[in-house]
Amino acid sequence: MTTTESTSEFTQAEGRSHVRKIVGIWLVVAIIADYFVWFVYGPHMPPGAMTDQARGQQFDIKVISVLAIPVLLFLWTFGFYSIAKFRGGRDRPDGYYVKGNVKTQTAWYVITATLVLFLAGFGTYELIVPAGAGGGEGPSPIWTPSTPVKLVVQVIAQQWRFTYRWPQFGGMETTSINLPVNTQIQFDVTSIDVIHDFWAYQLGVKADANPDVNNVAYAKTLQLGRFTVRCDELCGIWHGAMYNYGNVVSQQQFYNWATQMQKQNATVTKLLPKFALTYTPSYTGAGGGYYPSGDPNGTTA
Amino acid sequence: MSKGARIGAVLVSFAAGIALILYGIFGYLRSSPAVVSAIPSASQPNSVNLVMQVDGAVGVGPHPNWVGYWVQDAKGVWHQTTLVTVPVDTNVHVTVYEYDSGGALRNPVWSQVAGVQGGTVTLNGTADRIINPNPTTGNGIAHTFVVPGLGIQVPLYGVGASAKNFCSTGPCNTSEAHTVTKFTFFSGSQTHKYRWQCFVPCGLGYLNGNGGPMTSLGYMGGFIEVVGK
Repeated sequence: MTTTESTSEFTQAEGRSHVRKIVGIWLVVAIIADYFVWFVYGPHMPPGAMTDQARGQQFDIKVISVLAIPVLLFLWTFGFYSIAKFRGGRDRPDGYYVKGNVKTQTAWYVITATLVLFLAGFGTYELIVPAGAGGGEGPSPIWTPSTPVKLVVQVIAQQWRFTYRWPQFGGMETTSINLPVNTQIQFDVTSIDVIHDFWAYQLGVKADANPDVNNVAYAKTLQLGRFTVRCDELCGIWHGAMYNYGNVVSQQQFYNWATQMQKQNATVTKLLPKFALTYTPSYTGAGGGYYPSGDPNGTTA
Repeated sequence: MSKGARIGAVLVSFAAGIALILYGIFGYLRSSPAVVSAIPSASQPNSVNLVMQVDGAVGVGPHPNWVGYWVQDAKGVWHQTTLVTVPVDTNVHVTVYEYDSGGALRNPVWSQVAGVQGGTVTLNGTADRIINPNPTTGNGIAHTFVVPGLGIQVPLYGVGASAKNFCSTGPCNTSEAHTVTKFTFFSGSQTHKYRWQCFVPCGLGYLNGNGGPMTSLGYMGGFIEVVGK
C-alpha cells in the first residue's frame, strides 16, 4: 500500500465510525424535523380541516412529508458531513474517495423503492377511500360517502362567475354560497359554456366544471369558517377574477339564510329553467337561455 | 449564398421578429381605453354621477361593429371606454342609456337587481327589482352591468327590435330609441379596483358569445376604480 492510498482510503474501523456519526446526526435531525412537521406545522398545513376531505388531504400531506423529509435530510447530512470530514487537507490533497458498497447500495435501493411504492399505494388508497378525496368523480361516483348526503349544491360555472342552485330549496339560484356545519354535502358541478374548475380550497373540494357533464364531489363540513372558491381552469380573460367566498355556518344560520334567499329569489326562480343535472346553452351567440340537456330548445332558441 | 450572408439574414429576421413583437406589445398597451372620472354632483353632497350609454355598435376604434360602452365626462364629452374612477365613501348615481336590442338571458338569474341602494333600479322612470328577460312578453335584456366585488347586478332592458329610430352606430343620442336605467350604489370605504362585466354573452360570432367585445376592455368588460378623495 502506498502512502497516497493509505491517506485516501478508510480503514474498516474509520468507516464504521463515520457511518455511526452520519446515522446519529441524521436520526436526531430527522426526528426533530418530523416532530415539528407532524405536531407543530402539521395542524396548520393546507388545506386545513374544515371538511373531512380537507382533513384527509392534510393527513396525507403530513404522512408524505414525514416520510420524505428523512430521505432529504439523509442526503443533506451525508453531503455536509462529507464536505466537513472527507475533504482534502495538507497531508491528503485529494480527500477520501468513495468506493462502491454492494450492501449499502442494495439497502438504499430497497428502502427508497419501498418508500416510493408505499407512498404510491397510500396515495391511491387515500384518493379512493374518503369518497373520492374531494375530487370530481363524474356523473356516476364509485366512491360515495358512508353517511347519507343531507344537502345537494349544484355549482354552475359560466364565464366568469360561479352560481349555485339549491334543489332542496325550490331550485333557487344564488351568486353566493353558504353551507351548514356537520353536514354531508354533494356538489354537482357543471358548466354552461367552456371548461371551468370548481376549487373550494379550504373545503378540499376540486372538480372540473364541464359543459353537459355532471361532475359529483363530496365533502362533510366539520368546522365553521370562511372558504374561497376559485376557478382552476384557464377559462378566458377574467379567469383570474372568477372567485368568490363562502362560509360554513351553523345549521340554523344556514337554514335562515337559505329560506330567506328562497323567498327573496322566488320571482327570479320562476324564470329559471327546470332543475337538471346539466344544461345546454343556446348557441345563438348573444342571449338565449340555458336548458336542461336534451331539451330541443337548447339548440334552437 | 455565403455563410456571412446567411448569418446576416438570420439576424435580420430575428431582429424583425423581435421588433414585431415589441410593436404588438406597445401597440396593445397604447390602445388602452380612456379612464373617465365620475362627475361630482352639484346638488347632493358626497355624491357623483356616472353617465354611460351602451350601443349595439360603438362606431369607432378598431372594432366599430362591436357592442360597447361610452362614458360621459364632466364636460359632457363621450368617451368609448369601460374604465371609470369613483371616489371612496361616495354614493354613485348611475344613469345608463341603453340603445341595443334585447333578448333572452342565458342565465335568467341575471335579471334580478342586486347590490344597489334600495334594492331597485329605475327603468324608464319605474322602480323595478326584476327586469323581464322574456323577449316574447317584452324587449328582453340587452346587457347586464355586474360588479361582482361590490355585489352589483343590474340588468339593462333592451330596445324593441321593431323600434323605428334604432341607433345603428355609436355614439348614440337620446333622440334615438333607448331605455334609461338609473340606480345608486355606494363605492365602499376602501380604495380598490373592481372588475365588471356583462353577463349576456354578446360577442356575436365568438365561441359561446363570450369572445370579442366580452373579452376586451372598452367594450363589455372593464374596471371601476375606487380612488381616494
